[in-house]
Amino acid sequence: MDTIYYLIQKMLPVAIPLLLVALGGMFSERSGIINIALEGIMLFGAYFGVLFIYFTQASSMNPQIIFLIGMIVAMISGLVYSLLLAFGSINMKANQVIVGTAMNMFIPAVVLLFSKMFFSSDGITTNIILYINEVPILSQIPILGDILFKNTYLTVYIGLILLVVLTILLYKTKFGLRLRACGEHPHAADSVGINVYKMRYFGVMLSGALAGIGGFFYSVGITDANVSGHSGVAGFGFLALAVMIFGQWKPIRIFFAALLFAFLRALAYSIPLIPFLDNLGLDQTFYKILPYLATLIVLIFTSKKSRAPKAEGIPYDKALR
Amino acid sequence: MNNFISNLLNKIKHNYKDIFSSSFFATLMAIMIGMFFGLLVMLIANPSNAMAGFGKLLFGGFTKFGDVLYFATPILMTGLAVGFAFKMGLFNIGASGQYTMGLFFALYVGLMWDLPAGIHWIVAVLAAMIGGMLWGVIPGILKAHLNVNEVITSIMLNYIGVYLVDFLIKNNGTLFISVESRTKYLPESVQSLTLGIPGSNANITFIIAVGIAVLMYIILKKTTFGYELVATGMNKHASEYAGINYKRNTIIAMLISGGLAGLGGAFAILAPSNIAGASMTYEPVGIIAANGFNGIAVALLGNSNPVGIVFSALFISHIQRGGTQTSLFGYKPEIVDVVISIIIYFSAFALLMSHSIGKYLKSRKEKKELKNEISKEGK
Repeated sequence: MDTIYYLIQKMLPVAIPLLLVALGGMFSERSGIINIALEGIMLFGAYFGVLFIYFTQASSMNPQIIFLIGMIVAMISGLVYSLLLAFGSINMKANQVIVGTAMNMFIPAVVLLFSKMFFSSDGITTNIILYINEVPILSQIPILGDILFKNTYLTVYIGLILLVVLTILLYKTKFGLRLRACGEHPHAADSVGINVYKMRYFGVMLSGALAGIGGFFYSVGITDANVSGHSGVAGFGFLALAVMIFGQWKPIRIFFAALLFAFLRALAYSIPLIPFLDNLGLDQTFYKILPYLATLIVLIFTSKKSRAPKAEGIPYDKALR
Repeated sequence: MNNFISNLLNKIKHNYKDIFSSSFFATLMAIMIGMFFGLLVMLIANPSNAMAGFGKLLFGGFTKFGDVLYFATPILMTGLAVGFAFKMGLFNIGASGQYTMGLFFALYVGLMWDLPAGIHWIVAVLAAMIGGMLWGVIPGILKAHLNVNEVITSIMLNYIGVYLVDFLIKNNGTLFISVESRTKYLPESVQSLTLGIPGSNANITFIIAVGIAVLMYIILKKTTFGYELVATGMNKHASEYAGINYKRNTIIAMLISGGLAGLGGAFAILAPSNIAGASMTYEPVGIIAANGFNGIAVALLGNSNPVGIVFSALFISHIQRGGTQTSLFGYKPEIVDVVISIIIYFSAFALLMSHSIGKYLKSRKEKKELKNEISKEGK
């Protein structure tokens, strides 16, 4: 039983960044823009968030407060960076995948350049402690206390709250309905007076903000509030896209997909602790490959009847109506 | 001669729009914008040395011509790989994985098989091609038959490929020297023939790569298959309606694309080297090959045209060599990646931008002429 609790406690901080970034990708694609730049935006957000921690960690502020402000910094920087994608793909009608790829290449290079010049390292290292051993009172709840309120990070709760808020935003508000219309049939949306360009801007900006937060949560929950230009976010931006496809562009399904991937990753990194798997004697590499291989297999089974937004990837041109 | 020049000038004057609409001009503009931002980043990072560093970035490559050729070879091949798939509308972001697979196959043949000197190199190169094809055809089959997005699958295959290659090397006692955490050095029998440019590793594979680029150009322009490929890239539905077999062509295109990237891996590892560890050996450290991603840059900059790709590979290799020299002024080689990514960003919509510049100039000219006419009539 302890092993299961341990795995779940390891899984959640991994699942949350995947969930948030996949939700970001979903909002962007639901508005009609393919956001392949998620990986770069994540690193951008993570870098600024951690930079903020770096400069404030010596102050007397409560670490969790620093974390919350850092999150807002990461969110804003992700949002600002995503404007590049919005401008390129909405105003200039460029190929969205090319613009996204350029954005992914840009960030690691800039991070490495500035870190090497000003910190003489590949990234930023901080020594803040954001780990929460136990939440008082709540951790005494049987089962749930062990799963949710021990050995965790604040990221988990914020992520779960955001999931609820964003699901409501997509399905129960006027904004959500309009956004979805722009991804399915922009010309119809335009004909009833919805500004397609504006909605797409909102979609991309929302995805940028979420990817920024997701990147920051990655660096807090997985790499102990450090960030490196070399390893970046280890392909989490791309994994999030796969999670989004597996979740068929629906928030709750995306949540479960993120949990599955995070579970596989947690499993891969805790082999020595699980006697059954340790005895199998499989090479460590196999478990490292597992999340990526699982993504591939899952995509094979879910892509045939894909529910992708119909107008995604196609620049909107008013003249074609 | 004078006549010729004045004719040319006249032509330029009268064809504003045509010149600004050419993709060559668009690329040139993207490069210029990229360079400008590169200078800007250098100014932000360290203003006092910016101009000197920028000069190195631009012209430093000329002092290392042999190395420019040497480093251009692998990215020329991965560039061809990405560009070829792109002609059909497939985005092969997995060139890195295919490159690494090719590299591994060449390494394996080089170290594990004992063949006579003349044949050994050829077998290693062919093996690399097969390795790359193997890794490239998987996304192709999945895309054709199961509608799986090739971008995601090939990214996943990048990670799987790198980890798999590391695993296969580390668990092979003959290949791997664990104390040095690298593979053995390849024997000289599989080394590529050097071009003999002093102080550099430039070798015969650059010429072979240019030959392959020409071959790709011929395939795209002069064969039915190439025509079908380009037609599919332009309009998938129309080409299917016209009876072009989309599924088969997707698989073949990815097969060829993977093979080209695999050859890139072989050309990189089989090159003779006067810097220890630069080639002829591989360090399994689980990092996705940068040459694959640079191939995307090369292909986009070359507008997916095989001949254009030769020049863009040389250009990117040139500024990479220049970029390493900026460290003399306290900068880091990453400045090159900054410049390249900005160039790609702008080249994605440069054509549109240059169109509008051309239109603007033309309309201004027409307005001017109109004004002149009006003023003449007034007289």
